[in-house]
Amino acid sequence: MWSPLYLKITSKSYNVLQRSFYFQGREDCLVEIISGAVRSHCVGTTAVIYASDYLNKLTGEKIERECRRQLDSGCRALVIDFSDTKLVNSIGISILLGIINVAEKNGARIVFSDVNIQTIQLFEMLGLTRHVVLAKNEQEALSNLSGFDAKTVAH
Amino acid sequence: MEPSTQKLIHTFGALADLGQEVANTGDFAAMVRTSMHLLLGTLALRRGAVVECGHSDSLQCVAIWGLDDAVAKELSIDETERAAFLIEDNCALSVKDIEGSNSFIKRHRDRLTEEGIELVIPMIVRNETTGFVLLGGKASGEGFSPEDFDTIHAMVRHIGVGIHTHRLMEQLAQRAEENLRLYQDLRAIYRDTVKAFAAAIDIKDKYTQGHSERVGRYSEIIARELGWSEEEVEGIQIAGYLHDVGKLIVERDIINAPYQIDAKQSSELNRHPAAGYEILRPINHPYADIPLMAKYHHERLDGRGYPDGLTDEQIPLGAKIVSLADSFDAMTTDRPYRRRRSFPDVVRDLRQNSGKQFDGKVVTAFARAMLKEVTGEAKERRIMKMLGKGYINPDEAPLLLKDLIDDLDSEMKVKVESAG
Repeated sequence: MWSPLYLKITSKSYNVLQRSFYFQGREDCLVEIISGAVRSHCVGTTAVIYASDYLNKLTGEKIERECRRQLDSGCRALVIDFSDTKLVNSIGISILLGIINVAEKNGARIVFSDVNIQTIQLFEMLGLTRHVVLAKNEQEALSNLSGFDAKTVAH
Repeated sequence: MEPSTQKLIHTFGALADLGQEVANTGDFAAMVRTSMHLLLGTLALRRGAVVECGHSDSLQCVAIWGLDDAVAKELSIDETERAAFLIEDNCALSVKDIEGSNSFIKRHRDRLTEEGIELVIPMIVRNETTGFVLLGGKASGEGFSPEDFDTIHAMVRHIGVGIHTHRLMEQLAQRAEENLRLYQDLRAIYRDTVKAFAAAIDIKDKYTQGHSERVGRYSEIIARELGWSEEEVEGIQIAGYLHDVGKLIVERDIINAPYQIDAKQSSELNRHPAAGYEILRPINHPYADIPLMAKYHHERLDGRGYPDGLTDEQIPLGAKIVSLADSFDAMTTDRPYRRRRSFPDVVRDLRQNSGKQFDGKVVTAFARAMLKEVTGEAKERRIMKMLGKGYINPDEAPLLLKDLIDDLDSEMKVKVESAG
């Protein structure tokens, strides 16, 4: 059983820290990252990224950067948590589609969690739900992804 | 909420954001990238690019999303294809439409299809092909509806106008910069012409060669010390160069007389400031008051000067500066009938004639500039260079100048107090 370890570190030092955990066989440790305004943490090889209250150009680009960084660091699955998100505009949609593209190219799976009803309707109307799995909350998203093998998933 | 209503709200929101973004005059690349995101996000398109047409066949990808960066480099457009785009006028062209006759699409169909591009929409602004937008399919997998095409056409038109406006602004800025450069060149030519003219004036007097140029430089140094703007400093320098232009009408024998001239000759010589004014007045100088500075450079504060016998407040400050520069050069250069005066003697003269012939503030500024050079505070030793090596004794000069500045400062304080 792992004990959660919460650390606030910069994204630059994250890779070094992550490597050190691997060396110690502690890859299941929970490391919370504060990179810019985007909050994220890793659970094994799954990255959980928290979207802000309004997903627009500014916040969307930050989330996209964070997703790319997590995938480059070896994450095989992404959970984008929308529990704080009240509104997603057109730029936010475009950026989310870009994240889906990147995840697909990397053979990674993507789950959106805790999306409010209006945003679900928007995602359904625009067809985003054809490319991502929606989960009630972060826990459900993580259990949905547990045992996931990137090689077996193809969109 | 009905899906159609929700879609309408989503599209309206994007159009409003696009209008704002296109009007943004800041970062051009960011403006196009955001506009492209707005278009892609409105219809949930997975990939797209905004490509701008250059002057020749070249194309520049201004924004790209979800596509291989190399794709834009592989595209090209010729004049005929550009003209063909004009006919389409912002209408979306389907890459899949094999029947279509557009040669640009024909040439690039395979590559575009490989990248998942479904539509090519020309950006036509003022009957010119600004560029085109490439769009991939919808995330929903559905085809494009007529409403989707309306949205695409409206948004692409907006983006095209934004790019066109930006380019116009760039051209305007470029032209303004060119005009500024031309203006600066013209000013430089004007300055060089005036300098050459000043040299021509001085040639008439074999004993005062370089006098006008030195007066110009001394005037510039004084004006700068008084805190004048660069424009004003340039103006006074020109006035210094031209202050003796009226001497062109004075007989060479009088100017070159190797003795003290008589009253009649003196009266002839004294005509030169007014004559200079008449010569300079019709010229449209880029600086203000140059003719007046030439006219009044022999006026004195006590009213005993010429041509008009003006007093203190009536004499323009520029003329006071040129007057001091002129007298200082006269005192510090050899003349046919006398040797130049020693530096302590010149400082004494400046002290005695401040408030009578010269303005105390102007003398103080000149003394401060000299002191800075003598003490090494100034980077350049321009005055000392003009005076020649050995003329100023660096051991005694600082004290002489400090005393002069202190005396004039306290005199001015008293004057202000008594006036108050």
